[in-house]
Amino acid sequence: MSATLANRTGRSTLARALVLRAAGTNCDREAVLALELAGARAELLHLYRLLEQPARLDEAEVLVLPGGFSYGDYVAAGRLFAHELRQRLADALVGFVARGGCVLGICNGFQVLVETGLLEGPAVARGERPRALALENNASNQFECRWVLLETLPSACAFLEPGERIPVPVAHGEGRLAVRDAATLAALYQHKQVALRYVDPDAAAGADPKRVPYPACPNGSLDAIAGVCDATGRVLGLMPHPERNVRVFHHPQWTRMSGRREGEGLRVFRRLVACAQSSITPARV
Amino acid sequence: MSASVAGAAGPQAWRIEVFRRPDRDDSEGASVQRGLAECGYAEPASVRSGRGYLLSPEWSRGDAERIAETLLCDPVLEHASVTAPGEEPPAARDARGAGKLRLLVAPRPGVMDPVALTLDALLARALPAAPSARVATFKIFELAPRAGAKLSSAAAAEAGKRALANETIELLLAGREDLPYRAPSGHAQRGRVEVALLGLGDAGLEDLSKRGQLSLTLLEMQSIQRHYRELGREPSALELETLAQTWSEHCKHKTFTSPIDFHGERIENLFKSTIVRATKELAKDWCVSVFHDNAGVISFDQGQDLCLKVETHNHPSAIDPYGGAGTGVGGVVRDILGAGLGARPIANTDAFFVGPSDLPDAALPKGCLHPRRILRGVVAGVRDYGNRMGIPTVNGGVWFDPRYVGNPLVYCGTLGLIPHERVHKEVRPGDVIVAAGGRTGRDGIHGATFSSLELTEDSDVESSSAVQIGNPIEEKRCMDCLLAARDRGLYRAVTDCGAGGFSSAIGELGSECGADVDLANAPLKYPGLSSHEIWISEAQERMVLAVPPEHVDALLALFRSEDVEATAIGRFTDTHRLVVRDAGVVVGELDMKFLHDGLPRALQMATHAAPRIADPGVPKCTDVGAALLALLAEPNVASKEWIVRQYDHEVQGMSVVKPFCGPRASGPSDAAVLQPLAASNKGAALALGACPRYGLLDPHAMALAAIDEALRNAVCVGGDPARTAILDNFSWGNCKKPDRLGSLVLAAKACYEGAKAYGTPFISGKDSLNNEYRVGDRTIAIPPTLLVSALSIVPDVARAQTMDLKRAGNLLYFVGITRAELGGSLYLEHALARAGGAANSDPLAPPLLGGAVPRPDLEEAPRVLAALHAAISAGLVASCHDASEGGLAVAAAEMALAGRLGARIDAALVPCASLPANADPLATRLFSESCTRFVVEVDPAHAAAFEQKLAGRACAKIGAVTADARLSIHDGPRVAAELALGALDQAFHGGFHG
Repeated sequence: MSATLANRTGRSTLARALVLRAAGTNCDREAVLALELAGARAELLHLYRLLEQPARLDEAEVLVLPGGFSYGDYVAAGRLFAHELRQRLADALVGFVARGGCVLGICNGFQVLVETGLLEGPAVARGERPRALALENNASNQFECRWVLLETLPSACAFLEPGERIPVPVAHGEGRLAVRDAATLAALYQHKQVALRYVDPDAAAGADPKRVPYPACPNGSLDAIAGVCDATGRVLGLMPHPERNVRVFHHPQWTRMSGRREGEGLRVFRRLVACAQSSITPARV
Repeated sequence: MSASVAGAAGPQAWRIEVFRRPDRDDSEGASVQRGLAECGYAEPASVRSGRGYLLSPEWSRGDAERIAETLLCDPVLEHASVTAPGEEPPAARDARGAGKLRLLVAPRPGVMDPVALTLDALLARALPAAPSARVATFKIFELAPRAGAKLSSAAAAEAGKRALANETIELLLAGREDLPYRAPSGHAQRGRVEVALLGLGDAGLEDLSKRGQLSLTLLEMQSIQRHYRELGREPSALELETLAQTWSEHCKHKTFTSPIDFHGERIENLFKSTIVRATKELAKDWCVSVFHDNAGVISFDQGQDLCLKVETHNHPSAIDPYGGAGTGVGGVVRDILGAGLGARPIANTDAFFVGPSDLPDAALPKGCLHPRRILRGVVAGVRDYGNRMGIPTVNGGVWFDPRYVGNPLVYCGTLGLIPHERVHKEVRPGDVIVAAGGRTGRDGIHGATFSSLELTEDSDVESSSAVQIGNPIEEKRCMDCLLAARDRGLYRAVTDCGAGGFSSAIGELGSECGADVDLANAPLKYPGLSSHEIWISEAQERMVLAVPPEHVDALLALFRSEDVEATAIGRFTDTHRLVVRDAGVVVGELDMKFLHDGLPRALQMATHAAPRIADPGVPKCTDVGAALLALLAEPNVASKEWIVRQYDHEVQGMSVVKPFCGPRASGPSDAAVLQPLAASNKGAALALGACPRYGLLDPHAMALAAIDEALRNAVCVGGDPARTAILDNFSWGNCKKPDRLGSLVLAAKACYEGAKAYGTPFISGKDSLNNEYRVGDRTIAIPPTLLVSALSIVPDVARAQTMDLKRAGNLLYFVGITRAELGGSLYLEHALARAGGAANSDPLAPPLLGGAVPRPDLEEAPRVLAALHAAISAGLVASCHDASEGGLAVAAAEMALAGRLGARIDAALVPCASLPANADPLATRLFSESCTRFVVEVDPAHAAAFEQKLAGRACAKIGAVTADARLSIHDGPRVAAELALGALDQAFHGGFHG
């Protein structure tokens, strides 16, 4: 599908993805692998190189902020990486999204996205308004690694298909979505920014999907929200790791399953790549 | 200045305090309150937690406020206060007014503070005009009194020291605000310091070794003295320190490599005659590099090799569990980075041997941390270092025994992936010595010699400088650059700075040629270090490289481009001398030959006598169901989920068999399987074996059983026993005592026999041979503890297997012979405790449980492993689990609760050797811990083929998988026990949760 789209728009057949790393980033290589399996041409780029040449963003249709412990997550998860981006690249990032680029922040990348304000739009990203979203420490107050089930919601997100269930692992200590006030949450729903939710596979029929018990919802997140997109639908952040379920053998129960040809998380990357190819406007025309 | 009470005056720095907004929950505060209460301090009605930062007074108020707002405080969740230098923070004033008590915890000056270091670097980048003075951090705990009560700062401080701060590395202030804001003080004695050695008598030599913390014996001191008499000069302090580090037990393995008299048998070199000999005789062509480098290397696939190293970090973890375990991980990761030309770490393992979590406070020896605190600390240390490095912790284990109370054992292992053409290193004269990574400070001085000492109740005070705190992000950044430089071929050799610091790293790399170093070039954390402190500091996160002169600029530029410090500090030479200068002045000069080969070898005496204890036989089990539930709940068996969940076991996306399996992820996997290369279906299995409960009874059988267990675990998940390498890690009591050394000799001989019989070469190993704890007149030694790690090739990950029962209607087989081998078993402990035998036992050294301990049949065991592997690789097995602690009964129960399915087994069908009269047949069949035994689930359609593969081996159909969610254990026609899955679950998951 991605090839067809690309041919129709007459551009290179491979989407170009930048995977941005910084000190302490550590899920970069599997993010590159997932993007390549999804048909993109992925390049790992150090933050300092992008700071030296912000125009590198112009060459890409996809920007991925991978997981890890950027700057050790010292002070707060994602805070210091985001500080570097806000100080030096706010305009470049806002411009990238404005011309149709897609941004995916996974785990620590989501924390970085929240801290940059990019999910809340250009004004917050440029520091003209304070942010109203945060990711705080898990309700258990500790780092946890476990597999969960995600459900994609009807949302603005341009590269998620609503109603799908995706098994993925989480591995974080600060993934509990928090908002400044009730109005913030209402606005998130109003602008269809709530993209992903944790679901309890054992929930009784008719159970409130916003009330998901631990450990199905691993962190006590507000309304069991696992991922949020911006109002354009082209910036998505999520705590779980779809790049860690792209191969058959990634699933924790693969020895009990048959007939799968790939991990369910790969779909997210396929759609991301396809979406980026169809939505981007070249930087210099 | 608004400060008005004593101790309230703040430090001369901007002070920023960050608290959560009142409408946000404070789970950190709540968990601190629980921790204090557990230490017996339940006075506070609530605890509020906060973070504090001290910034240079040179910043303007506007700067300080901006830093607080944009960097330190979350606008949604938190609020911050900014207090001018010297003034009292508003929260302290408010607390005083409300009768609240503030506890502040700050790293002692000079202790690694990664948060502060990271902020320093970031502020320097963001604001080029930033003052040079650094950031400091602290934690705030605000305790609120119960209505009508008052909080005593003395009681709070006492509890805080037990629950919140480790005084070895942290300061705790109760009700005072005068935080330190300074660099550590030091007595800089740069330059050559001469030590008067030539004229000393024996007493003087021994005294010098002790006073200088050199840990050298009289014989060693005498031979150093002789060397210097020949040279006709006194040694420098740096030379003596270098000799002490290089000749330490930690670096030279003197016990294993010096002659031993064992009941008249003379063993020249125990290491070479057992461990190395087995590997040499096996001569496997897939062993690429064994014993001589930082890790053992075996060939893998597609031009890539695998390397594995396991280290102990026992003594540091006893004093500071968090820092000790964290730097244990950091250290073994550096071993992998320093193996060959550097391997990429792809998995970690960890194994802990600790005291019981329910040890009564009254039984805790003076100077020891409670086992609970040690376990929580080491888990957190492994978590924070491994997770931050992005290395999955995929396998491990925890063993509990009261003999580990004073001397916990922490083993950390790392698996690496390395291109085959990068396995060998070489150093050429003229190569530039480059130090990369962290800076050098006074941390970890005397780690190598300290680890060779016995711990005492004063150890935490005497040895605090030997404790180190890690900075995993420093190591991660260094790793990223190192591997990039490796791939560009920018250096010729690399090794890590571990024990002994520069002295060992450069001394080793230059041992064949010579080296000339100038310490003035080494970047320091703070001023005030003497020359020899720089030379032997064990500051973490440092690597040393040998760089061809033509690549130096490119290499330094590469590291600089990611903000990693790399500095040329000298050159390798062809003089066969180690020359150390400080700003040009020679502060030490040693002959490489004397340094590496001059160590005198003393004859060591070893004896062994089997313990004289009665054989209690195998008592009849009056209630099989109750016994099984008790064993499932036994801490050595019970789920370790609370630990494993805190480790990222998925990062890097290679995991195929994970720590937990089954539909609810509740089954404890036997071993981990990774798929290291995206384009290859070949896998690597990582498995462990350890049987410390048998060690005091029969160290020879114990070692064989540990090897068997590691191999069983590897085979269960699909590992090929014919492509398996193993590692030895010995932790023993004080081997200067002949009985401890005797049991070491027996275990080492067993390692030779086991490796030969199973065809599994040792490729690396390590020992820690002074694990005794002295309190008053009493010495408590650990049980002889051999950890065996197995690295096994899985020919096709699609054939890897897990231990959860898969489908009702499948058959259950039992493979292997059961014997009346319950010496040291969990069942015996359970049965004898029930009989009241352990009622008056010593809580730190309970009685040994006699009888024969499990001992594998070295003829038959390899055949069983090979046959089972053939069946698994042919896809004939639906699940497989070995019978170990708790025997068949526990294995079957774990498989059922993992698969959420029932099982019906008949114990009478279990293949059994003829039993002595004092062994109850049912209890033996269910609970014996005999080696090389498995419960195997087979689809009826594959039954014939499976039986064919196992032809000639002991293998019997003992039951079937059922859909009724209960485990039924039969004894012939009689039902011995029937347990619902819920009851099994509750027992297995119900214990200590940290």
